[in-house]
Formats: sequence, structure tokens, C-alpha cells
Amino acid sequence: MKKILLCGVGGQGTILAANIVADAAVRSGQEVKVSEIHGMAQRGGAVSTMIAIGSDVASMVIGDGEADIAIAFEKIEALRALPSLRQGGTLVVNDELIKPASVLTGRASMPDDMDGTLASAGALIVPAEAAAREAGSPKAANVVLLGAASELFGFPEDAWAEAVRANVPPKTVDVNVRAFAAGQGFASEHIQEAQR
Amino acid sequence: MLLSGNEAVARAAADAGALIGTGYPGTPSTETLEAFAAHEGVYAEWCTNEKVALEVALGASAAGKRALCTMKHVGVNVAADPLFTAAYTGVGGGLVMLVADDPGMHSSQNEQDSHYYAAAAHIPMLDPADSQEAYDLTRMAYDLSERFDVPVMVRSTVRISHTKTLVEPSDPAAPREEVSYETDPSTWVMMPAFAKGRRIEQLERIERMRAWANAEAPNEVIEGDPARGIICAGAAYQHVREALPDASILKLGMTHPLPDETVRAFAQSVDEVYVVEEASTYLIDAVRAVGVAVAEPPCALPAHGELSPNLICAAFGVDVPEGAQAASDIPPRPPALCPGCPHRLVFKELSRQKAIICGDIGCYTLGALPPLSAMDTCVDMGASVSMAHGFELALGRESTRPVVGIIGDSTFAHSGLSSLISTVYNAGAGTICILDNRTTAMTGRQGNPFNGVQIQGRDAHELDLERVVASIGVKCVRTIDPNDMEAVRAAIREAVKERDRLDVLIFKSPCVLLERRISEPYYIASCTGCGVCLTLGCPAIGKRADTGLSYIDTDMCIGCGQCEQYCRFNAIVR
Repeated sequence: MKKILLCGVGGQGTILAANIVADAAVRSGQEVKVSEIHGMAQRGGAVSTMIAIGSDVASMVIGDGEADIAIAFEKIEALRALPSLRQGGTLVVNDELIKPASVLTGRASMPDDMDGTLASAGALIVPAEAAAREAGSPKAANVVLLGAASELFGFPEDAWAEAVRANVPPKTVDVNVRAFAAGQGFASEHIQEAQR
Repeated sequence: MLLSGNEAVARAAADAGALIGTGYPGTPSTETLEAFAAHEGVYAEWCTNEKVALEVALGASAAGKRALCTMKHVGVNVAADPLFTAAYTGVGGGLVMLVADDPGMHSSQNEQDSHYYAAAAHIPMLDPADSQEAYDLTRMAYDLSERFDVPVMVRSTVRISHTKTLVEPSDPAAPREEVSYETDPSTWVMMPAFAKGRRIEQLERIERMRAWANAEAPNEVIEGDPARGIICAGAAYQHVREALPDASILKLGMTHPLPDETVRAFAQSVDEVYVVEEASTYLIDAVRAVGVAVAEPPCALPAHGELSPNLICAAFGVDVPEGAQAASDIPPRPPALCPGCPHRLVFKELSRQKAIICGDIGCYTLGALPPLSAMDTCVDMGASVSMAHGFELALGRESTRPVVGIIGDSTFAHSGLSSLISTVYNAGAGTICILDNRTTAMTGRQGNPFNGVQIQGRDAHELDLERVVASIGVKCVRTIDPNDMEAVRAAIREAVKERDRLDVLIFKSPCVLLERRISEPYYIASCTGCGVCLTLGCPAIGKRADTGLSYIDTDMCIGCGQCEQYCRFNAIVR
């Protein structure tokens, strides 16, 4: 069984991304559970979606050290997600910083050496918004991130392609297909670089 | 198909032939009625509150139709009055309540366990553990309701309601035979003479149900190592199965009435019996009450909050994986009023008046958080109006701080109105601010009587808030545009000055998520660093760490212009 944590800030499109992952899992013949938190947290607060995939999935909750993959849509939320990641798990992070209100108004300060902490956790930092903009819309940053992480899921290519097409708004299919490919491309380049 | 627990309950109700659905929105239950309303051939409505919703559903049931009624756990408190007596009357057509609990309080003011309601009202409770079970048990609930002549509660929790899992729906039920309604006071008129008879029937019925539960209820024994026998239900079952894969498990699909023989037989088949449940002692007490000795795990399970496989592992001495240490300096990110929320200035101005602010349930509870920090109390739906009256009685009209109640339009319709009638009746004074954002915002923008939007899009009557308030005898009632700082300030200043008078100020402006009207963003041209704009708590306004000067995130700014009105240096421009 694989457990995947998607985290970010309310309004960043984590729920759509989770729907695509779930659909791709079903199309790959796997069982899946997707657990979301609605309501108060959505008002600009930290949000997380937990996904469990496998042949027999029990709990929908991810505890500390349990996530095989964490996809963070924002860098501070990536730090918050670190305890959930299992040893050897993979962290994919959107190169995006949304300062929380506590920092904006000077009641809290930014964490020390955020980039250093993420680097030592082995995070793959993805310039998702720039890639999405190039694909046609900055809103597709969530799909860029999925593309970047897609290799780790072990789903067939078709399952991803069909899931992206089926879940994004109909008018944005082409943009999102390009965004997914951009994410895939970024990840494979990065991995090749790392291997060199 | 992938369905959330809520969607599965809705689909099952429709497939079972339920024709009428009622409810009041509340996280995590809300999508159930919305999904039901989307089915063909059914009627659904949001009611003003959960008591009304249950009564409408009970009436439909009495008249012979199958009905669904949905609410969150705290809604059952409101619906408790009809619930306890509906358990006497029984039903006509099957009546199923979906009740969604929120252990962990993701979006609620408490984490009460609805099991206690089922037990206290002597009605059956079914506990699905995933969406397939939510579907299957809801289908079963309709049959049980008619077979035993009783309303049935399907209990969900946030991890069932909001987790999507695969569901294979069964064939829809054949259309039910039309039953013509006939007057039967001995069943439906619960005056003492008739109620005494129904009370006896109620007690006999629960024993008939217990016998059925022992023989046929959807309870399941998962055989494993007899050293540990775990009794659990709902989401806790999924956590147990992951944390202790070798354990013997009695998974209860029906938690009330407890199948006593099943529980005792399970206890005999294992060395030790443990009970794992979330934020409650309902199940452990019920198991002990049927004469089973329950062992304690080596470390106690948490008495509050959500469970997880890790917490169960830790309690039973199973190694849990270690995650990285959390950095201690991660800034918190609590939810906040949206950028451009038209009602932000009301909190700002109430703070300036040093008011004692009785708050209420909804988005505007967020006014409690810094930097607005404009709330003294928040307890339950409608409590702002009545608690403000209590404060005013206790502190007297000479108190240095004015007393203000603050409530939204939907919450006012839910129960604030009856509180206000009581204040008027008792010649109360003070100020009530109704923040009319034209929707039920926090739960996802549902309709309500004051915006005249119905769940299935039928034409609806839109109540005139100002006329309603005036008609109950409030002499000073005004409607104000909350985006206009001067108007908000003047209205509040005048209202709180008059300590012997009851003022109702209606701040009317739609939720920014309703119309998503975005105009040209502002920017800060020549900031002096006075920091006033930062006290509004708008997520689009920040302070530069190096210079201490303010700036506006133009991607987040919707151009509402509230901050511009506060800048004494005219530095905020566009």
C-alpha cells in the first residue's frame, strides 16, 4: 500500500489534484481512499488531503512517518508535512511561498533556512507555476506537480492521461495535458542530472 | 465508482426510493443533501434548522413516503425534541437520519458522540466504515425503519463523510406501493394517554431489534490471533485493521442496540477484549454493560480527538515509524476571512468601540482571530443574540463596554430570530449586528430564507430581513453597506451609545465567493509604516520584514478598497 499526502493552502487546487490521483489509481485497477478536510480550514488555512492506494486499503489517515510521497503545493506547508514522510519517502515541492497572515502582519517570523531544510530532506523543488504559465495557465500548477511526481506512483501512462482529461474542466484539457507533461519532463531531467 | 461517504448515503437513499430529503447544512454532513437533491425524481429542501428538517421529514414519513434527513452532530441537539418523540410515534414510510460527527473538531465547536442520542432515544444506529458500507447500510436502514417502525440513524464521521472510496451500488428498489394515509391518533398524537402506550412499545421494540441484531445485524468477526480481540466500528475499524493486522476483530455495523450475545460470544473466543473508539466511551461502556470484562491496552488510547493507526499502535505497544522532527519555527496558518470579505470592517469598528462581542457559528467566527481579535464568545447557533442579552442583564446598562451580538443571515434564520424575539419580549437593550452575506458561506454557499435560493433551484420567497426584524418590534433597525468605513463607524458608534435601546444593524453585502467580482487591485505607493492597514487582517496585505513597510499582494487583492479608506496618508492607490 502507498500513502500520499497532498498539502497546501486553501484554494490551491489540492482537491482537484487528489481527484486525478484517485481516478488514475482506479484506472490502474487499484483500490483507493481519498480523505479531505472541508469547511473552516478552506478559508486560506493549511489544507491536506490524504490518499491511500493499494490492493487492500484500510485506514485513510496518514500518521507520522507513513507517507511514501508528499506533494506540497507551498514551501511552508512542505515543512509542516515533513514529519508525515516515511524514511526514504519522496517530497515534491512547488517552488511557491505563501506567507501566512501571522508572518504578513509581523506576529510570527519565517522559519530559519527553509530551503536548506527542504534540500536536506531531498525535496524535488518544482517551478510549477512558471511551467504552468508556459503550458497556458498558472492555475495548472497543481497538474504540473502531479506530472513531476507521477513516476513514483507506478501507474501506466494511459491511466494518468485519462484521469487528467476526465477530471479537469473541459475547456482546460489541453493546457492541463501540457502541464502534466511539463512536470514529467522536469522530474526526469532533474533525476538524470542527479544521476550524472 | 468513487463516492464520498456522504454521496454514498445520498445515492442509497435515492435508490431505496426515498422521495423527500431535508436538512440544514453543517460540515461534515452538507454534501449529503446536495448529492440527494441532484438525483432525479426526488424532492429536497434546506430547512431553517435541524428541528424543522426532522419534523418535515417525519411528516413526510407519517404520510407514507420514505424520507432522508441530514445534519451534523451538533444539529442533533437542535433536532432532539422531535427525535425523542419520533422514537415513540414510529414511522410511516422509512425515515433515515444521516448524522455526521466531527471527532477532532476540524470544523465544529465540540466533538460530541451521536451514539448517545441513539441510545437515549432508543433508536437503532448503523455505523458505516467506508463508502460502500455507507451505501449498503443506508439501504438496510430504510428496510429496518419500516420493519421495526422506527427512525434509523446512520452515523458518519468526518473520515467517512469526506473520504472517497469505491462503491458498487445495488439495483434500485422497486417503486413502493402507494400507502394511503389514515388518521391514527393513538400512534401519532403523543398526548400522555397515547404516549404511555407508545413508550411501552418503544422499549419492547428495542429488544426485538436486539434479537434481530444478534442474529442478522451487519456485524462481522474477523478472525485473527485470539490473544487480542478488538471491538470497534466505523472509521476506527479501518485504523485498527491497519495498526493490528493480526488481531481478532468484532466489527459492529450496528452499534445500537448492541448485539449482546454477539459481543459475549466474541469475548469468549478471545483471551482479552479491547474496545477502540474515537473521542468517546459509548462503546466501552455498552460492552461492559452486557457483562464483558474489557481490558486496557498497555498505554491508554487518547480520550479525545481523532484516532489514527499510529495512535493505536502506540497504545498497544507496536512500533510506529518515525517521521522527521517537525521544525519548531513553522509559522501557523489558521484560516482567515477572505481577501475582500465585505464584513471585515464591522469587526474592526467593533474593536475600536471596545465592545463585548458575542459571536456565533459561521465564517464570522474567524473575526475572533488576530489581528481583528473581535470576539468574546462563540457557543452555538443563535447564541450571539441570547448571550448578548444575558451579558447586558448581568453587566447593566452603565457598563463601560457596550454589548454587541454578531450573527450571519443563515444563522439568524436558524435560531437567532427566536432569540431576538425573546430579547424584544423582555425589553432587552444592546446592539445586534446581522452580517448578511446573502448565503450560508462557511458550509459552501447554500441557500437560506434570506437569499431566497432553494437547493433544487425552484422559485423561492426571499424574506426581507429589515422588515422581519422591524415586525417583531425592534424600533431601530437599519441596513448599512459594510464596505463603507464611514457608514459602518457611524452606525456602530450611534448604536452602542444608546444603552437603553435595542439596535439591529444589518450589514448587507454578498460573500466574495458568491459573485467573485474582482476589480483592479490596489498597491501601496508611499507607505509610512504606520501599520493601520495590517490591523484589518486582510490576507492580501503584508509587512516587509526588512523595511517594516506594508505592501499588497496584487494576486490576492480583489480591489475592495477597504484598506484604502483606513490609510490616513493616502498611500494605498490603484
